[in-house]
Amino acid sequence: MNDTAITFDPDALIQLSGITKTYGQGQAAFQALRGVDLSIRQGEFVAIMGPSGSGKSTAMNILGCLDTPTSGAYLFDGVHVEDLSRDQRALLRRNYLGFVFQGFNLLARTSAQENVELPLLYRGESAEARHEKGMAALRSVGLEAWAHHTSSELSGGQQQRVAIARAIVTDPKVLLADEPTGNLDSKRGHEIMELLVSMNRDRGITILMVTHEPDIAAYAKRIVHFVDGQIAQDDSNGGTA
Amino acid sequence: MGWTTLLLALREIRRNLMRSFLTVLGIVIGVAAVVTMVTLGNGATQSVSDQISSLGSNLLMLRPGQRMGPGSGSLGAPSFKAEDAEAIRAQVGSLKAVAPTVNRTAVVVVGTRNWATSITGSNSDYFTAGNWTLAEGRLFNATEERAGKAVCIIGATVRKELFEAHSPVGDTMRIKQFSCEVIGVLTAKGQSAMGRDQDDTVVMPLRTVQRRLTGKQDVSTILISMQDEASSEQVINQISLLMRERRKLSDNEDDNFSVQDTKEIAKTLSGAIGTMTALLGAVAAVSLLVGGIGIMNIMLVSVTERTREIGIRLAIGALEKEVLMQFLTEAVVLSAFGGLVGLLLAAIACYGLASMLSLPFLFSPGINLLAFGFSAAIGVIFGYVPARRAARLDPIEALRHE
Repeated sequence: MNDTAITFDPDALIQLSGITKTYGQGQAAFQALRGVDLSIRQGEFVAIMGPSGSGKSTAMNILGCLDTPTSGAYLFDGVHVEDLSRDQRALLRRNYLGFVFQGFNLLARTSAQENVELPLLYRGESAEARHEKGMAALRSVGLEAWAHHTSSELSGGQQQRVAIARAIVTDPKVLLADEPTGNLDSKRGHEIMELLVSMNRDRGITILMVTHEPDIAAYAKRIVHFVDGQIAQDDSNGGTA
Repeated sequence: MGWTTLLLALREIRRNLMRSFLTVLGIVIGVAAVVTMVTLGNGATQSVSDQISSLGSNLLMLRPGQRMGPGSGSLGAPSFKAEDAEAIRAQVGSLKAVAPTVNRTAVVVVGTRNWATSITGSNSDYFTAGNWTLAEGRLFNATEERAGKAVCIIGATVRKELFEAHSPVGDTMRIKQFSCEVIGVLTAKGQSAMGRDQDDTVVMPLRTVQRRLTGKQDVSTILISMQDEASSEQVINQISLLMRERRKLSDNEDDNFSVQDTKEIAKTLSGAIGTMTALLGAVAAVSLLVGGIGIMNIMLVSVTERTREIGIRLAIGALEKEVLMQFLTEAVVLSAFGGLVGLLLAAIACYGLASMLSLPFLFSPGINLLAFGFSAAIGVIFGYVPARRAARLDPIEALRHE
């Protein structure tokens, strides 16, 4: 697809090169991504913006190793993700990625603590280690006292903080946040952003965040604009926060 | 990994306790039904063979008429006489006892108590043929048999109903217009295979009953006990030949009497009960299958309902295999647990029913293990399809699911 030779940035944690994604076939085919090149270094805080249908969600799914590109190369820490099997991508997510979603996506009727410990369960960690790390993660989002409350007993902001605790409990290299403040009022939204900024600053976790709100994107150090399946603008941002 | 999946499955079951219980109800009932049916059937078979052996070993019954069916009786066929029994004793070899019997129901009165019971007229051989032993007292002597004296030997039930704790030997009972002296009490035998109380009986010399109760010389059944090494086929043949001769049957006439071997009756009865047990067990097994389909149904609904949860697990990094195992384990734990509860229910039901139907309660590890194994297997078989569906979900689609 891409004739141009792929140039690798040796310092990049994530490198997309000539990524395309096509849904459907023939007449009904829809090209969501039309050749995306993106390089992200360790420790960056990147906001991905763009109107709906611009391909930002598709790009996020590919970056999160939930989906594979139709063509192009995706290097994650030197590994060609586009060549990995479904289970290999699952292992990559398990060990290096953390997810925060717009709808929180906590397990229902499950305590905050159990939710946070879930990724550790899949990593086969002992009950003791799970408990210790889980409580530490909850402490870092300020919800230690709410460990035994189920999701329905928590406010939206609290639920999102539990989700962040779940995402960072495994010490991931990258945290992917899809509209993390979309379901929150502006005060809670800013609290969540403060939390993400501190995760980026204090723990050095690389954060990729999709948002359509400029004031939320302003927390990021770099803003990537998607339009019609391509990157239209890639700005460095001082970070207003 | 195995431990973790089990933990996840248990958590999920606990989270939906009510639904989990309803899901496994089919399995519970199925297992309970199968195990109860088979256990009670085995008990019934055991009970029949016990009773038949208590009836007497190597026992033949000679009756007038062909093929005793319910109500058919000895229609038209001439009865036997005491002389027929004498002839058999004299002319057929390898016999232990020959007892001509006649039966009559009568009310027995002692003081102010009375009791309707079955009166049997026979000789001392009757006790040998019927495997009866004396609890106290003595059997008839030759003089009493010949003279038709009014002496009687009573069963345990009659003793219980008519006499207090004191020994009845030497007391007199009134039967119709005559009195008779109790000379012995029989050891209790319990219920017969047909559910009749065998101890509800009074035995007197044959002649006494003929003279004072029936008023006829007829004998209804001749009980013949063979020696242990005797071939029943040979003995039956000899008896048949002798009876044909004595009844003056020509070659083209059918027998107007029948000789039944109690062993054959026992075999037929146990066979019938065995068939019945198998049939009931099979019907119950169908309910197990239905229970399995119930589990599959609920698991499928559960997968749809938990699509988002599966999406979260997959996004977090659960492998396809792990999600499959989680759902499969849930199904197996559910059905195996249902199986266990079913076994417990069956044990309770068997215990209660066995004493109600006065059958022995024979705990059979085989059927219990089989039913439990089957219920666990149902979990695997019917849990697989929903589990695979869950494991193959696309995480992006699953997360978007409302």
